[in-house]
Amino acid sequence: MADKLDILIAGVGGQGTVLASRVLAQAALNNGLLARTAETIGMAQREGSVQSHVRIGMPDFGPLIPEYGADVLLGFEPAEAQRACRLIKPSGFGLVNIHPVRPVTVTLGTSPYPLEEIQQYLCALPVKILFINAFELATVAGNFRTINSVMLGALSSTGLLPVKAADIKDVLLEMLPERVRGVNDRAFELGKEALR
Amino acid sequence: MSMKLLMGNEAIARGAIEAGLNFAAAYPGTPSSEIIGTLAEWAEEFEYYVEWSVNEKVALEVAAGAAYAGAYSLVAMKQVGLNVASDPLMSLAYIGIKGALVVVVADDPGPHSSQTEQDTRTFAKFAKLPVFDPSSPEEALMMTKDAFELSHRYGIPVFLRPTTRVCHATAGIRFSAVEKNQPEGFVKDSKWVIFPRLSYVRHQWLEEQQLKLSREFDSNRWNYIQSGKKIGILAGGVSVLYVREAAAILGIQPAILKIGNPYPLPTGKISEFLDQVEEVVVVEELDPVLEEGLIAVAGQKGFTGKIHGKISGLLPRAGEYSIALIKKVLANILGMPDSEEITPESGNEKAPDLPVRPPVLCAGCSHRASFYAVKRATKNANAIYTGDIGCYTLGNAPPLSMVDTCLCMGAGVTIAQGLKRVEPDRPIFAFIGDSTFFHTGIPGIINAVYNNHPVKIVILDNSTTAMTGHQPHPGTGKKAAGTAGEIIDPVQVVKACGVKFVETTNPLDLKSAEAVIRRAMEFQGPAAIVMRAPCANTFKPVRRFRIDREICSDCGRCLRELGCPAFYREDSGVKAALQIGPACHGCGLCSQICPLGAIKAE
Ligand SMILES: Cc1ncc(C[n+]2csc(CCOP(=O)(O)OP(=O)(O)O)c2C)c(N)n1
Ligand code: SF4
Ligand code: SF4
Repeated sequence: MADKLDILIAGVGGQGTVLASRVLAQAALNNGLLARTAETIGMAQREGSVQSHVRIGMPDFGPLIPEYGADVLLGFEPAEAQRACRLIKPSGFGLVNIHPVRPVTVTLGTSPYPLEEIQQYLCALPVKILFINAFELATVAGNFRTINSVMLGALSSTGLLPVKAADIKDVLLEMLPERVRGVNDRAFELGKEALR
Repeated sequence: MSMKLLMGNEAIARGAIEAGLNFAAAYPGTPSSEIIGTLAEWAEEFEYYVEWSVNEKVALEVAAGAAYAGAYSLVAMKQVGLNVASDPLMSLAYIGIKGALVVVVADDPGPHSSQTEQDTRTFAKFAKLPVFDPSSPEEALMMTKDAFELSHRYGIPVFLRPTTRVCHATAGIRFSAVEKNQPEGFVKDSKWVIFPRLSYVRHQWLEEQQLKLSREFDSNRWNYIQSGKKIGILAGGVSVLYVREAAAILGIQPAILKIGNPYPLPTGKISEFLDQVEEVVVVEELDPVLEEGLIAVAGQKGFTGKIHGKISGLLPRAGEYSIALIKKVLANILGMPDSEEITPESGNEKAPDLPVRPPVLCAGCSHRASFYAVKRATKNANAIYTGDIGCYTLGNAPPLSMVDTCLCMGAGVTIAQGLKRVEPDRPIFAFIGDSTFFHTGIPGIINAVYNNHPVKIVILDNSTTAMTGHQPHPGTGKKAAGTAGEIIDPVQVVKACGVKFVETTNPLDLKSAEAVIRRAMEFQGPAAIVMRAPCANTFKPVRRFRIDREICSDCGRCLRELGCPAFYREDSGVKAALQIGPACHGCGLCSQICPLGAIKAE
């Protein structure tokens, strides 16, 4: 468990990467650690590629993780995980949701989506990569939009974070409106159990 | 107390409150929108007034009026918003204010969500107004407070110029006590009435302030030297942080002059810095504002060392900077190897091709239906479609391909008129969103009537300012702080502008929408169609659609013509059957075009 940790979250607009990064950073602050984030907000949020940078314990630096600097890659989507892998450290760790979000360019046949090759490519990277089907778990929890809570739950069970899983869940539920807390609580727990 | 994670924009809002804010106005624009969004949430607790104004010129003027009466006033906008507000701004620099006026203008190097990469520091220099340029959310809060203090003391508007990586970054923030300012009220005086003679006198006064400000900035807390060796780096904004990290990675200790007030430049500080270094690299995103200033000082004092930057061709003027770029440049200058680290990809075969993932209209977006209805009604008519700025700009993408031009807010209806004069035989449709209509659409519509340009104006009324995060606008009747206001109906406005053909329709009812468009085309003269259906992002779907596999022949027409992102095929290829996924928002548009009636509500 390091007290300095750079986490890169890669996904698709609408998957809740912004919330996930804020939860990690606030949980770090609550534990007396410094934290900052940078997010993609704006046009790309309409189903475009988005990245959130979370930097825990870095005092004087900016919010963006340098190339090959991320300790952890949290991929909410396989193609986006590959797009972001230039940022991960050779000694890093990746946790990737294997369920693809196929852009309409793929459905229209104007753009490729070689899922298997992407998966193989990620596996062949000299970093430790774990796959999880966060979409399925989110659906089991009750709403496919809770992928971000599944991913946070799974990440918090790896022992890599300088913050306890319970603290992360508390912050997550606090940041969500009352009516969706139950389903996100379930999603977080399913994610946490998934890597056991 | 533990620190609260705040976005740069939230930190700016908090800084304004701590400074004693009385009045805030803005028109939304990425990356600035959350400043007023946050102020709106806290308005009741801290007792200031906050509004979404109809555009940036209006926002600046109402904020200036409040400051004339002694209020501590803030106006916020994105960088291109300042173009709209530039007329009042230029005169206001001469006239000055009482109270305080902080003009927050968010720049967007990249750009991530903007039509230009203009640099507000250059604008500030043109307007001769001081600027604070924060590097982080923490600095943004403190600089906001200092900006209010400076504005009050000098009686002039002061800029705060955060960039995307400050606005949309977050950091742990500690709150301080909140000051109170009691506005004195407006006092009649000839100094508030601009006349050529007064302008001359005030111009002289403004020039004198430049020198005073420059001296003050020489010694305030935002412009300082971090001593080091060998090479000197002059940097401002978020670039300072990239410089620090790049230097740490390279293991070097350059001397760094951090400039937080890029205008009027603290030339004394720069001169002091040049005495300590042999060679300088200037690192700043966008325009070479610091670099030009440094070169002038260097010339005056006969500095003979090398000056690296944009002017020397080393660093780019366009786009966002990164740690990697700065690391490479520094390594290059110092003759160090930019140690190509062992990368995760090394040893790996070629990476698979990735899908392109452009932003698209949401599943169920009513704009898709509007575009599609116009497309059908104008099939083979050789029409031109002028677009404007908002979510509906995304209608340019295939398969809709319904935006032929997009320039700046309000320009869709006016460009259409110029096109129509030169191409009188082609139908010209101008699309404009409802917020854009109120922002700068109305004068263009009056022009179409007055000069009789027979263009067809399609007002996309989705009851929100969607692109920038769903802010209310005059058509919604909701105000910034959530209270109810007067509803201004675009239909009544357009009629009052003298448009003789005005019809309202729901674009999700494809047949009637098409019929309305055909009638508008037949009408001789400017015509307006109000397409009214709420933004899909503002309500929960009540139904979903699915494809009945028994009936569907997989002709692919729904997908090919609409490109709704809810459609997908299981295997990414064209072999697997077309399906509608859980993202369906239930708009029902696809069900209206399926020739076999295979798409049904669940
Ligand atoms: C001068 C200027 N101010 C602000 C913006 C930021 N901006 C882009 S689109 C938009 C509003 C669009 O709202 P609307 O016209 O209602 O269309 P919608 O996004 O709802 O489809 C704004 C404020 C801008 N591009 N230019
Ligand atoms: S009804 Fe059809 S067009 Fe509308 S959101 Fe669902 S799939 Fe897309
Ligand atoms: S946010 Fe609203 S207006 Fe924008 S694309 Fe989505 S549905 Fe359309």
